[in-house]
Amino acid sequence: MARTYAAHAKPAWQRLLLTREVAVIALLVVVVLYARARVPNFSGPLTLPYLLLDAAPVLLIALPMTLVIITGEIDLSVASVVGLSSVMVGLLHQHGMSIPLAAVVAVVVGVVCGAFNGFLVAYVGLPSLAVTIGTLALYRGIAVGLLGTKAVTDFPDRWTSLATDRIGDTQLPLVVIPIVVLAVGFAVLLHFSTFGRGIFDIGLNRETAHFSGVDVARTKLLLFVMSGAVAAFAGIFYTLRYGSSRGDNATGLELQVVAAVLLGGVSIFGGRGALHGVVAGVLLIGVISSALRLQDVTVNVINIIIGLLLIASVMSTSVLGWVATLRPPGSSTKGQLGSSSAPERVDATSRKEER
Amino acid sequence: MSESTLVAPSRVSPARRALTTVLTSRELAIALVLVVLIAAATAKTDSFLFSQNSWRDLLLTPAILVLLAVGEAVVIITRNVDLSVGSVLALTAYLTGRLFVDHPQIGIVPVFLAGLAMGAVLGLVNGLLVSFGKVPALVITLGTLYIYRGIVLTWAGSNRINASDMPDDFLALGTKTVLSVPVLTIIAVVVLAAVGYYLHTARGGREMYAIGSDPDAAVLYGLSVRKRVTAAFVLSGALAGLAGVVYAARYGTISSGAGLGLELQAVGAVVIGGVAIFGGSGTVWGAAIGAVLLVTINRALPILGIPDFWQQAVVGALIIGAIVLDRALAHRRSRRLVEARDA
Repeated sequence: MARTYAAHAKPAWQRLLLTREVAVIALLVVVVLYARARVPNFSGPLTLPYLLLDAAPVLLIALPMTLVIITGEIDLSVASVVGLSSVMVGLLHQHGMSIPLAAVVAVVVGVVCGAFNGFLVAYVGLPSLAVTIGTLALYRGIAVGLLGTKAVTDFPDRWTSLATDRIGDTQLPLVVIPIVVLAVGFAVLLHFSTFGRGIFDIGLNRETAHFSGVDVARTKLLLFVMSGAVAAFAGIFYTLRYGSSRGDNATGLELQVVAAVLLGGVSIFGGRGALHGVVAGVLLIGVISSALRLQDVTVNVINIIIGLLLIASVMSTSVLGWVATLRPPGSSTKGQLGSSSAPERVDATSRKEER
Repeated sequence: MSESTLVAPSRVSPARRALTTVLTSRELAIALVLVVLIAAATAKTDSFLFSQNSWRDLLLTPAILVLLAVGEAVVIITRNVDLSVGSVLALTAYLTGRLFVDHPQIGIVPVFLAGLAMGAVLGLVNGLLVSFGKVPALVITLGTLYIYRGIVLTWAGSNRINASDMPDDFLALGTKTVLSVPVLTIIAVVVLAAVGYYLHTARGGREMYAIGSDPDAAVLYGLSVRKRVTAAFVLSGALAGLAGVVYAARYGTISSGAGLGLELQAVGAVVIGGVAIFGGSGTVWGAAIGAVLLVTINRALPILGIPDFWQQAVVGALIIGAIVLDRALAHRRSRRLVEARDA
């Protein structure tokens, strides 16, 4: 089946606006408008800062995760790196190290964790799903092993308040600054650089990427290192924000991150996705959670909604494809290809085997 | 296909070939690790193996994870993954408790059937979404992980079902033994044997391997991929449902947080047991031994003088070690094949 550039036959405005990313952004705008109109206190002064503070770790980690997933890999160990980084900060502080120095050490530990993942995936050639399930347990285990069931909580106020302080008189917490810097940085890297084109190439087809001169292994290694470093930074933020360093901090966060990235329109098979969609996806989950909490809906329903949204967003592609097959014959040849659904699926999954 | 023209029949006797297969199998390697672990722990403290209680615990504790790992292995063999098993377990465990609270006269067998049926229905939802939605299983079951967990959280709220809410003869199942083997372990072993036999000999089982090793070829060959993949998810759901009932009998206390994070342990057990994460190879025996090893490490480490906080790190190292070993073995095998071809 020849790959045709059907999308380029459409006018530019259609190509830019009728995308998964814009759909997520539109949904986000609708939900925000609805919440402002109907949910009491949603437009109050406390909603936005807390929403951003709560969403910050997921938002940070989702940025490199997007790049990792676009290459067709996955990093499930991020939440454990958050935990390990949190424990490092706590332990080093306990032994008298200053917070900034401890933070630097924690980020270095994150880089090492990411490099270990990246080495096993890129140079040994192991499947990232299995590797990072292993390191999920390994890094979490080291974190719990180092600190046991104890917690370090005596952080100086100067640093804990830094995590929750606002920028000037605005409602935006300080953490928005690193988030914006990293988001812009990753967006430029992914969408406007040769390195970024290589990331998409690897996700679409490793072999062709290799023969087009993309250093597949090095790219993957670098992405896992970035993932580890950003996760470690999120761990420092997490520690200071809650003023507590524990081995089990942020347990289960990896699945939230993956859910948000996929909701934002990134394909789990790789080769497809955009950062603005992911940021909108994370914020969408954040806004829904915060609006529901203001209406005294507990966390259970939020779980159900996240799950339904995730399934609906990925199903929409195949449902739309199925609808396309219902068109009268002759209007499109795509219908006939789409009607035998199984080979398409095979097409996508078989790519995974090549790793 | 004409027989015996392509490859000359092996001159080695069938018994000897069977022996070689067993001796070089991946399952034996992982079983040896398990035996060494148990031996080391027993050498340190006799009572790890030789007191009646710990003998029972040794067999009893892995029962739940073995059930989950068997279902997970079948799904992974078809080149999918089921992340929702922990949530399914929580739902059926709570259902079990609820049934006993609301219908005290219900009896044990209907409760087991209800758990199996509910698990199977939840698995069917996964299977249909995966096979008809043309969406990767990782995404679908990540979604249903949240949804099923949300349902049990809504249903149970902060309620907790205690041992006193459940009949004594049901709870007795949790500790009862037949010839010093716990009943729950017997259930797990029977399930393991049945699924293992099916995968090894039945047409459906062989087709699952075929689908997992090359979905493309399976479609072209005319295998009913959708039916088999859906069946794999139904089986995984039903076994997670059964594990939920077993959980209720074993622990006697059920809250909405039951089985949190268990899905990753199940996948870990399967990977340690030598089932390739991208399908097509491995056995449920291996997965079951992997599950027993994971659980036994938990109990053995403190005895070996390693604080149990480090248990998870050891598990992680073991998973990494297992996949590196698999890669090394596969590498050696392919090199030998190339040498044999070129010779």
